[in-house]
Amino acid sequence: MSETAIIVENLGKRYRIGARQERHDSFAEAFTSALLSPFRRLRNLRQPVPRDETLWALRNVSFQVEPGEVLGIIGRNGAGKSTLLKLLSRITEPTEGRIKMRGRLGSLLEVGTGFHPELTGRENVYLNGTILGMRRDEIDRKFDQIISFSGIEKFLDTPVKRYSSGMYVRLAFAVAAHLEPEILVVDEVLAVGDAEFQRKCLGKMGEVAREGRTILFVSHSMPAIKSLCTRAILLDHGQLLMDDEVEKVVTTYLKSEDAVKGDGSIPENAARINNGQGWLRRVGLYDGAAQAISQIFLGQDFCVSLIYDIKDLIEEAAVEVGISTLDGLRVATVCSLDDCGAPLKLAPGVHELRVAIEVTMLPGEYTLDVFLHNLSTNTTVDWVDRTFQFTALNLSEVGEDHYHWGRVRGFVRPKSSWQAPIVCNSSK
Amino acid sequence: MDTSHQRALPTITVEPTSGFAAINLRELWHYRDLLFFLVWRDISVRYKQTVLGAVWVVLQPFLTMVIFTFIFGRLANMPSEGAPYPIFFFSALVPWQYFSSTLNNSANSLVNNANLISKVYFPRLLIPLSSLFPTLVDWAISFLVMLGLLFFYRFGLTWNALWLPAFLLLLMTTVLGVGLWFSALNIHYRDVRYVVPFITQFGMFVSPVVYPSSVLPERWRAVYAANPMVGVIEGFRWALLGKAALPGREIFISTAVALLLLLGGLFYFRRAERHFADIV
Repeated sequence: MSETAIIVENLGKRYRIGARQERHDSFAEAFTSALLSPFRRLRNLRQPVPRDETLWALRNVSFQVEPGEVLGIIGRNGAGKSTLLKLLSRITEPTEGRIKMRGRLGSLLEVGTGFHPELTGRENVYLNGTILGMRRDEIDRKFDQIISFSGIEKFLDTPVKRYSSGMYVRLAFAVAAHLEPEILVVDEVLAVGDAEFQRKCLGKMGEVAREGRTILFVSHSMPAIKSLCTRAILLDHGQLLMDDEVEKVVTTYLKSEDAVKGDGSIPENAARINNGQGWLRRVGLYDGAAQAISQIFLGQDFCVSLIYDIKDLIEEAAVEVGISTLDGLRVATVCSLDDCGAPLKLAPGVHELRVAIEVTMLPGEYTLDVFLHNLSTNTTVDWVDRTFQFTALNLSEVGEDHYHWGRVRGFVRPKSSWQAPIVCNSSK
Repeated sequence: MDTSHQRALPTITVEPTSGFAAINLRELWHYRDLLFFLVWRDISVRYKQTVLGAVWVVLQPFLTMVIFTFIFGRLANMPSEGAPYPIFFFSALVPWQYFSSTLNNSANSLVNNANLISKVYFPRLLIPLSSLFPTLVDWAISFLVMLGLLFFYRFGLTWNALWLPAFLLLLMTTVLGVGLWFSALNIHYRDVRYVVPFITQFGMFVSPVVYPSSVLPERWRAVYAANPMVGVIEGFRWALLGKAALPGREIFISTAVALLLLLGGLFYFRRAERHFADIV
């Protein structure tokens, strides 16, 4: 078997983050500060950087990638994904550790890097191609392929500043896709362009991988990661948390994104928007018999319980509960104001709110987003997404109601009543 | 992929480096096409959306020559070593204009290409290097104007003119040396943006552009030549006008200083380069 394509050993990158900036409330203050800044800058030049002004964007990261592997890189914003890609593509140097790569590396960190608006499409293909590391004769050879992939034949000699953003991206991706490096680094390029073009790009990447090239793919789209990658690594706060099969890593990542703890309690530091007037402490799911549950049977009515810790009196409040898929797609929303419901008056103290929801969720995994709104001041008091994860089963509680196929498309099942077949014309 | 291809794959190691890094000539050579397209981009974009276009290239030095001839040649009666003042002045303006516009471009080159630097890897040296060439077109055009002036004043070229390529090379070396320093410094300190226009304006008067070096006392000439543009301009003048004797000592000193600037610039640039993408 061929040799390892990428070996990353104890990689670390430290950034100097700027010293805390003073805020200026008036023009005069900003002006004097600007006048004094040369002196401050000169003074800073001589002093060593204090430790709290540095940040390890990445630390102790080690992993290996074999040729032909498509490795997904997952993590929330600020986890170190972009830093890792920048180090791999040699845009910036590591502070410690090392990377060993076999073969040419091409990076698509941002398509169309170096495109010049005044130059024509043809000219930009050459400029962009050489920027990405291609030789001129190489571009000559692939030129027709690039143009037909991009589908902009007619506008080849038009300055790209007259292109639509879609055409621009298509041309840029076409150049990058024909770079044919042994290692390809792709970062969210698929976020742009229309659906058809995205499919084309994903197809091209799959093709590249089948040719035995190595791909590192960063995306926030879990479906895209799952469909392209065989393996994934999970980064968090600059550390490598996990390196495993893509399914496992994606699941771990999605679970870690949940605000909730095992018992449904929600820590104060969960990802939330809060104005201090009240806090959601706990979310629970109950069946008709007031039993706590984490999965609901097909067609089962359920009840969501919200424990709020109210700090200030809220004269008029509204609560909204949303049901979303794990990918973050909202599929249903209920609100305390529905059907002309009266606003809630919430006095300081701990309250429990219960809402019974009558809906048949189709089989799948869902999570609850909870939102408390102060109507008197028109402000968000507390907003937490992904508070409570539950499973909708493909099986009714009693009886035989279930789907006979594995996957059901859609999220909710409206009530429907079917009439017996009526004969329209009887064939003789 | 067949195994022979596998074996041929280069291995790249990315590691923190410290101190001075050597220049990777092989890599620069691999990226020579990029140098070409960067130069070509700048040339083709340059005069787009201007009405007079390339006419500016002729007009700018010509008008400067007319004004300076009037002020320094007529009003101040500056000596011109036996040549008519217009061609005396223009023979210095040919290298000086290249110096000032190229230095300005090259000092701002990295900052202006920040989007490239923070997105793709390529030898960063190509950026200031590429800024040497677009202005060469202007240089060539003003050189033609110079030939026209020589013809107008019935001033024939001598064999000295064969030395022109050498002085052009010295000129480019000087600009590159200074440009490397400034472009790298500009990443950290945008003060460079204010320093460079000052140098190109003030520098004209500490170089023999409007006056000949011979107006200086003999003992100061060697110090004066530590400004590498002194050697360049005296060289151009000698090659184009061919009157005075070759100012060999000045040219030697200037060349030595230019080479030192270039070497120092290369080292500083390589040292600073690893943080470009983090700061720019």
